[in-house]
Amino acid sequence: MARIVMDDLHKVYPGGVKAVTGISLDIADGEMIVLVGPSGCGKSTLLRMVAGLETITGGTLSIGDRVVNTLEPADRDIAMVFQNYALYPHMTVYNNLAYGLRNQGVAKPEIERRVQEAAAMLQIGDYLQRKPRALSGGQRQRVAMGRALVREPSAFLFDEPLSNLDAKLRVQMRVEIRQLQKRLGTTSLYVTHDQLEALTLADRLVVLNAGQIEQVGTPMELYQRPETLFVAGFIGSPAMNMIEMAYLRDRGAAPTTLPGGTDLVGMRPDDMLLTAPAAPHLSLNGRVVLLEPAGAESHIYVSLDGNDQPITVRIPGLPTMNEGDPIPLHVPLEALHPFNTASGRRVSA
Amino acid sequence: MQTKRMTFSSRWLPYALLAPQVLITLVFFVWPASQALWQSMLREDPFGLRSTFVWFRNFERLFADPHYLAAMKTTAIFAVGTTFLAMGVSLLFAVMVNRMLRSREWYTTLLVWPYAVAPAIAGVLWWFMFNTSVGIVPYMLQGFGYDWNHRLDGTDAMILVVIAAAWKQISYNFLFFLAGLQSIPQSLIEAASIDGAGRMKRFWTIVFPLLSPTTFFLMVVNVVYAMFDTFGVIHATTEGGPARATNILVYKVFRDGFVGGNLGSSAAQSVILMAIVIVLTVIQFRWIERRVNY
Ligand SMILES: Nc1ncnc2c1ncn2[C@@H]1O[C@H](COP(=O)(O)OP(=O)(O)O)[C@@H](O)[C@H]1O
Ligand SMILES: [Mg+2]
Repeated sequence: MARIVMDDLHKVYPGGVKAVTGISLDIADGEMIVLVGPSGCGKSTLLRMVAGLETITGGTLSIGDRVVNTLEPADRDIAMVFQNYALYPHMTVYNNLAYGLRNQGVAKPEIERRVQEAAAMLQIGDYLQRKPRALSGGQRQRVAMGRALVREPSAFLFDEPLSNLDAKLRVQMRVEIRQLQKRLGTTSLYVTHDQLEALTLADRLVVLNAGQIEQVGTPMELYQRPETLFVAGFIGSPAMNMIEMAYLRDRGAAPTTLPGGTDLVGMRPDDMLLTAPAAPHLSLNGRVVLLEPAGAESHIYVSLDGNDQPITVRIPGLPTMNEGDPIPLHVPLEALHPFNTASGRRVSA
Repeated sequence: MQTKRMTFSSRWLPYALLAPQVLITLVFFVWPASQALWQSMLREDPFGLRSTFVWFRNFERLFADPHYLAAMKTTAIFAVGTTFLAMGVSLLFAVMVNRMLRSREWYTTLLVWPYAVAPAIAGVLWWFMFNTSVGIVPYMLQGFGYDWNHRLDGTDAMILVVIAAAWKQISYNFLFFLAGLQSIPQSLIEAASIDGAGRMKRFWTIVFPLLSPTTFFLMVVNVVYAMFDTFGVIHATTEGGPARATNILVYKVFRDGFVGGNLGSSAAQSVILMAIVIVLTVIQFRWIERRVNY
């Protein structure tokens, strides 16, 4: 159990690549933090700096009450789950789990007890004598988790641990990881590029972009009030629609409630209604380009009149409409997200 | 198992394509091998004028000959020594080079050079370096109070030929070990270091076991090399001496046949060597088929 504090962390790789440029973050004891961002934004680098696998070229990192900048990975009291699992292929599952404990000099009966406990927790008890290559992807994933669990570390680090699983297993393991983490109450840092995984797992979500933090907050905060254009576009699926203020003005639909300096207005696909609500709203007209049924909901791609940029509307069920049909759209004013393109940030009133 | 089938337009084409390989095998292997087999059952009179067919008498004599049995023991010591030295040093080099980032290619290139040196030239090189009167190594050893003389001392001679033979093989082993090391995923090493294993521990519990297919392959190659491909080294340095201390089996074949003129015995020795190679090769192929032991 430990608090992790990053203070202005920097990473410049030997070749000169600046992968992390000034990240500060205070992770509370027992918190599950998810780092999310597009590929190449520095998520893995940051995680590996915490693990001690990459040197820290600037700033300070503390785990618990120790500054660990120059400590070896083994001395940081952390455990990591790798994307490719990194199981020792020549060892049985039992030995994979026991390896770290043996290195720490834990007594044999205690090793046995902890391995059995972790194996029971992860339902891998039946495979303890198998080698990793005789396991399925999901089982390997569990062993990788088990190897982290038995160590009883003060923090878990996960680097895209579910990205090699099929969709169904991914959901299942996601739920299990969350349950385990809550039950053990171990501080966790979880890296993913999958925003759904991020939203469902996180106590707090950290959106990274080009080596910097865009925004930190609970999943709901980030969804309901994205502070930057990047976060607005990254969180939420289908992505938020962006409509230029100039277009709204031309159509005479520009709301007067938006703060000055707004030149781009974001609207979530679920906030675009087909029937006018009682609350104050703005109205637009367009034509259906494509109707995409997605089970319980449908996505309607709409081309606004006088604007070729298609926008997405999400509605429950499957409506009866054809491509080319005119479609009226109504958006409650309180659901609008005002942005400024020059600063790339949300405009506050 | 999936089988690959090719269709040729002419039914003679596949035979024509195989012909050169078959011809080479016939001329350079099957024919000499059968000659050796035939000769191993003949005995020439002292003047080399007539030969008589003696069945397996040459083999019987060999296994009763203390010199031959001694040569077997010498060969075993030499092969084991050479293999250990060549593999140990090259593994050390490979581990060190693998740790480098920028100068890796440089070192790799340099370490491959010895392989291109002709055995006889390398032998002369060693001959000079270890020469008891003008060589640098005996001179330096003198500084430590060791009186090096491989022309009188059998152990010194053995050390010399082992070093000279191993040196030649280091490049080859190095390349394989380096490739083997590079095929071990970095994340395994990282996982082990998070799991609290220090550098030595990681090497012996993770890296070395994962290298075992490479190690085994190289072991067979090195033993075969030491037993059959070191004629040049021995010839240029010790000529099997002193007092047969470095007289390994291949060298004895040459000595008995071409120097001693006993072609029948020499041929019988070749046949035995051939049998050993075949056994080693079969073991190796068997192992490669089964691949890795994890
Ligand atoms: N070992 C390395 N040497 C040099 N540059 C690297 C190294 N590892 C990653 N990078 C670069 O650092 C940036 C961040 O990489 P990474 O942290 O792996 O991103 P992510 O995990 O978010 O996809 C990328 O531009 C990547 O090319
Ligand atoms: Mg990554």
